[in-house]
Amino acid sequence: MTQAQDIIRAAARRDIRNRWWLSAPALVIIFLAAIGPLFVVVLYSVMVKGDYGDVKYWQFSGQGWFEVLFERDMFDNTVSFADAHLSILWRSVKLAAITTIVTLILGFPTAYFIATRPRHRRDLWLFLITIPFWTNLLIRTFAIQEVFRNEGLLNVALMRTGLIDQPIQIMFTDFAILLGMGYVYLPLMVLPLYASLEKFDFRLAEAAADLYANSSRVLRRIIVPMVMPGIVAGSILVFVPSLGAYVTPRLLGGGKNLMLGNLIELQFGQGRNWPLGSALSISLTAIVMLSLLVYVRAASKTEARHG
Amino acid sequence: MARPYSVQRQRGFTLIALFCFVLLYLPMVTLVVYAFNAGATTSAWEGLSLRWFHAAAANERIIDATLRSLTIAPIAGLIATVAATMAALATTRTAPYRGLTFKYAFINQPLMVPEIVTAVALLVVFSRVKIWTGYSGLGYLIAAHTAFCIPFAYLPIRARLETMDLTLERAAADLYARPWMVLRRITLPLLWPGILAGFMLAFVVSLDDVVITEFVKSAGQETLPTYMLGQLRRQTTPEMNAISTVFLGLSVAIVTLFFFLSRKTD
Amino acid sequence: MRPYLTAASGLALIASIGPAQAEGVLNIFNWGDYTNPDLITKFEETYDIKVTITDFDSNDTALAKARQGGNDFDIVVPTSTSMPIWIAEGLLLETRPDQMENFRNMDPRWVDVPFDPGRHYSVPWQWGTTGVTVNTEVYAGDPNTSAIFFDPPEELVGKINIVPEMNDVLYMAIRYLGGEACTTDMELLRKVRDKLVEARPKWVSMDYTNIDRFTADDYAAAMNWSGGSLRIRLVDPRFVYGYPKEGYPIWMDNVAVLKSAPNVENARLFQNFIMDPENAALISAYARYANGIMGSEAFMADDMKTAPEIVIPAEFADKGEFTEACAPEVTALYTKIWTDLLK
Repeated sequence: MTQAQDIIRAAARRDIRNRWWLSAPALVIIFLAAIGPLFVVVLYSVMVKGDYGDVKYWQFSGQGWFEVLFERDMFDNTVSFADAHLSILWRSVKLAAITTIVTLILGFPTAYFIATRPRHRRDLWLFLITIPFWTNLLIRTFAIQEVFRNEGLLNVALMRTGLIDQPIQIMFTDFAILLGMGYVYLPLMVLPLYASLEKFDFRLAEAAADLYANSSRVLRRIIVPMVMPGIVAGSILVFVPSLGAYVTPRLLGGGKNLMLGNLIELQFGQGRNWPLGSALSISLTAIVMLSLLVYVRAASKTEARHG
Repeated sequence: MARPYSVQRQRGFTLIALFCFVLLYLPMVTLVVYAFNAGATTSAWEGLSLRWFHAAAANERIIDATLRSLTIAPIAGLIATVAATMAALATTRTAPYRGLTFKYAFINQPLMVPEIVTAVALLVVFSRVKIWTGYSGLGYLIAAHTAFCIPFAYLPIRARLETMDLTLERAAADLYARPWMVLRRITLPLLWPGILAGFMLAFVVSLDDVVITEFVKSAGQETLPTYMLGQLRRQTTPEMNAISTVFLGLSVAIVTLFFFLSRKTD
Repeated sequence: MRPYLTAASGLALIASIGPAQAEGVLNIFNWGDYTNPDLITKFEETYDIKVTITDFDSNDTALAKARQGGNDFDIVVPTSTSMPIWIAEGLLLETRPDQMENFRNMDPRWVDVPFDPGRHYSVPWQWGTTGVTVNTEVYAGDPNTSAIFFDPPEELVGKINIVPEMNDVLYMAIRYLGGEACTTDMELLRKVRDKLVEARPKWVSMDYTNIDRFTADDYAAAMNWSGGSLRIRLVDPRFVYGYPKEGYPIWMDNVAVLKSAPNVENARLFQNFIMDPENAALISAYARYANGIMGSEAFMADDMKTAPEIVIPAEFADKGEFTEACAPEVTALYTKIWTDLLK
């Protein structure tokens, strides 16, 4: 073994050690105020549920986990697959996925638009995106309701112009939920997209265009692969929180359909079944975590292929 | 000759972007308009009045909650952004090393768990700590907010870093610039849009949090969102619109200031 | 506004990141938007005590927080349904309001209540009923029936809101089908589930309401609380309140002191304070519910004294009952029906 190799190895080790120090503050904060306490939830998931919420400490039971997947029919006592939980999971995933796609379709051009403004104007446009979000979520949701309710801005405008003669019921529909979610999560898509688009060298695109690539080709083959990290970040930031969202679905959708967030909240609240709530949330976390890892791997592969 | 391709002028994109801005600001317009409503509702216009601004200014609980939110959000946002920037520097632009994926998953974990669950877990643990230490101040809320803000700051910063050009930094290092100088003079300025985006997200996310705050707050620690949750069962009075309008005004002022400052340095 | 004042209180707030001062303080943990600021100001001035108000939004959240402790709350305001749990779990301090000076003002009707017999722990805050709010312009029929929710007439279909309170909704449905509170009769529960599943598509939403949704015609009918309904009628007289003749729940929120309270004496003062008729009237003036203190009517606005939302008409008086928290097995059954309903 040569000395040079030793030095390189030592430098690599030092680099990795430094990297651990550098990430320590974030890791410690998250451990203390997010992950650490979650061990409580893991414990709770295998304890006996308390009569009125909470758990009976140090009495263990697998009931919480059993109820995630199976249910005992309350009428004939047969055990079957918990299809209620599955259909709620499916509805939440569907909604989160559509929200992600919609925010991507709207957010990409917006981020692109901001990134192509003159340099000193960009931060200004960025601020303009976030300003509505200085307003509290609940107030914002009520404001959306003012626009879309039967007597709201949109319906009144449409009726005045004679386009419709009956108000369109938008409030309390799935469409309203989608509108609200898109609204609420748009900046979570735009900001990361912008962060990776902003440093994109648009001369590359111009060069490609000079070589007779049409604009959709330029977009697909050059711009999109280059901003893939931003798309990944934005999609995660939109998809994951919207899976557990519950204020917007309740206020705009009318709360007639449970989402995952509401289902879990029900167990910790009125349902008084903390072990089931814990087990459900651990399952959800595991699913999200796994799909996230798969997604990130796949995305970085695409990136490698194009890059 | 082919028409020269102009990246600035993707007409479709510009249209969608402008549509987005209109969409974002349309509800804001109704919100601001009703803040000046003389009537008691946010749905029927009864004339112009400053009544609700006076009401909000006289409402101690609203002022108190607003100030508390405006204390927590910048502090949590700032700490989260600094920690996230360091973590992003530590987890990008390197050959994969043992623990890298673990770190990535760890940092993003607060995103993965539904809020209510983190809230219950924090309630159980922080309550014990509050009893042991006898300290029940704002620190717990700040810690909890910082933790869930970190991924929101981390992801945009990381996205920015991942695609940043290394050439300049290498050149500087080759010219024997000390690492700290490289960081301060080259890396951070290049990273700035990512950091700004990350901070703004963290700030806004903290400003909006209801569920975790609801479970962690001690006596007298109402924030604006938890205060408003109580109002949900009653009537949304224009008082809330008035507060939001003040917030909007404040943010517009900051933007304007920022705009002029950045013009000067340009 | 007042920039200097604001900046100063901002600084004070940052300084208050340190431990809270424990002297001359009272920390109240109450339902959101339920406490009259005038009442608090009066109490603060009378006793020179600084009061903080913190909100909760459900009995279960309040219970969870109180159980864990460490949050410095003195006073908590649980609903009658969950009072027995608070007492059984030893969370409340036996402050003996029945021996306090102002106890003589308490309506004897509310002294020997099932959830706190003899009032050893708590003092009434407000009480009310859960019933029907309906728009008489849309629906001309009898408002005093829960058929409006479970077998809605044509004109109300798609315009009904149901509060997402599992226990209230199931209680009403069980009574509607002729059962008793917290029933375990499986045949009946099956019918209840089928009835709810059948009715749900006819509701427009299941949410906590606010007045705007009624005045702006999002809703023509709703399962609602009496005081909420009164506040709607005062803004928009088209709406009336109905007492379901099939049975409806009566509830009462009660002021109790936590065992872990740091300021027990101040909390006792508060319990005694709100049994004064004039102060009790202040409570009612804000949230528009009755309060259970005799003589407080004299201090109330006229629109409160005769309001049918507050004074239960004689013919429906015996149709309502105090609901209790059901046994854990029953809650488990209810939760299943509820999940099935909302899946």
